[in-house]
Amino acid sequence: MSLSAKDKLAVKTFFDKVASKAEDIGSEALARTLFVYPQTKTYFSHWADLSPGSPQVKKHGLTVMNGVLSAVELMDDLKGGLLSLSELHAFMLRVDPANFKIINHNLLVVLSMMFPDDFTAEVHVSVDKFLAQVSLALSE
Amino acid sequence: MVVWTDQERAYIQDIFSKLNYEDAGPKALQRALIVYPWTQRYFASFGNLYNAEAIMSNPKVAAHGVVVLHGLDRAMKNMDDIKNTYAELSVLHSEKLHVDPDNFRLLADCLTIVIASTMGTSFTPEVQAAWQKFLAVVVSALRR
Repeated sequence: MSLSAKDKLAVKTFFDKVASKAEDIGSEALARTLFVYPQTKTYFSHWADLSPGSPQVKKHGLTVMNGVLSAVELMDDLKGGLLSLSELHAFMLRVDPANFKIINHNLLVVLSMMFPDDFTAEVHVSVDKFLAQVSLALSE
Repeated sequence: MVVWTDQERAYIQDIFSKLNYEDAGPKALQRALIVYPWTQRYFASFGNLYNAEAIMSNPKVAAHGVVVLHGLDRAMKNMDDIKNTYAELSVLHSEKLHVDPDNFRLLADCLTIVIASTMGTSFTPEVQAAWQKFLAVVVSALRR
């Protein structure tokens, strides 16, 4: 399953609109991942504070969201463009691929909360497909 | 046996009290059919599902979305025994309709996203956790 031209345009347009809120989106999504799916805390056991408002969650949330935003720019070659992040997640951190689905779901929940009028069904399907491709690139 | 804290019960009842069934039900089902197009195969008798516009204006989809939410309402009113409350629905979905159980989770995720869009910041991580636990119990009760 690859991204159609329509998907790419929907993704680019939507993320251009929401990019200024990157820290809020990323940290909220990461906070919910850790809170609603506590098994994911295992990857962050070296952090002092895993609660929703913690500085580490905020900082890493921004890192994650910036990664997503750079993936938007690399949509035509996600595998190549995300090579170093892939090495990090798949080989060094050994993230179970199922966890990408979890953080993706929480990203969608947060985007829906923060941008209810923009996150239409058509934008939702394109963003979902895009995040699935990003996850695939990161887990191989 | 599922154990619910008083706080979880309160969160879930609060969500239902604020929910517009005629709005959220259709929206959730429309999203599932659009975002996960293979689910359309279960609704072949609903007529035109060719594209997002068709799905969003299809009256049978909308009507069924409302039916789904009323079904969830029953689970909310019988939170301590969802498995038995859903005994007939489980047989219907698994034996008659042959729904792949993973699709229940996908519809549940779409409903969560629709509820998040209407509740905004009041859909806190704690509320989300309780809500998703409720949906997980529902999904588990529906599958064989």
